[in-house]
Amino acid sequence: MAKRRAEISQSDCVACGACIKVCPRKAITIRRGMFAQVDASKCIGCGLCAKECPASIITMMTAEVCAG
Amino acid sequence: MKKWYDFLWMVSLIYLFLGLFNILFAWLGMLCFLIPLIISVTKGSKAYCNQYCGRGQLFTLLGKKFHLSRNKPMPTWMKSKWFRYGFLSFFMVMFIQMIFNTVLVFKDVRSLSEVVKLFWTFKIPWEWANRVKDIPFWITQFAFGFYSIMLTSTLLGIITMLLFKPRSWCVYCPMGTMTQLICKVKGRDEKTG
Repeated sequence: MAKRRAEISQSDCVACGACIKVCPRKAITIRRGMFAQVDASKCIGCGLCAKECPASIITMMTAEVCAG
Repeated sequence: MKKWYDFLWMVSLIYLFLGLFNILFAWLGMLCFLIPLIISVTKGSKAYCNQYCGRGQLFTLLGKKFHLSRNKPMPTWMKSKWFRYGFLSFFMVMFIQMIFNTVLVFKDVRSLSEVVKLFWTFKIPWEWANRVKDIPFWITQFAFGFYSIMLTSTLLGIITMLLFKPRSWCVYCPMGTMTQLICKVKGRDEKTG
């Protein structure tokens, strides 16, 4: 089963936290003020964070995951 | 549900208005410098940017709620580390120059300049906001210099909010870059130490 999820380029992230505020699942956290990270188990792939990111460093990836 | 800190954009807005009436209110802007620095040094986090920055909230409000932003990606050079660290360095040099000017007024080498300098170039007469006359001139000089920085950076943020994404300022905000740098150094030290 294909699942869409957000992927963050951590080396380019400015850790502003704009993505956190729009995530409906609270799947994003800022790791020690360095970069944002996505909890893949919570991400529903809505893409709101990618749209919000001022540096445009969040991309939506589709990956195959095992169902069940 | 909205929390109290989701309304800090009002504080940013009020701050800019207060500077129109009494320049001494500019001193309050020091909080926007000190609080993020203290949080990053003591907690190793960018909680200020992530939750409390009223300016970021203001740009989101203007760009998203009022649809003023074109919502286009920023140019690649503007997001590069060169530009971000370069802008931080430039900002710091200008800040030191402002402190230097304050010292010159303190030492009576230079007279009080009742102007707000926009984009570090254009001198705008602002003498009406100098209402408290019986205090040392250097206090007022610092206020004019600091308000110039705050107004210039807000205008830069508004321009990039209009042209690109609402919070584009956050990408090259000198305080954001500096606090992230502090967090990175702290993070590395904790890993190696």
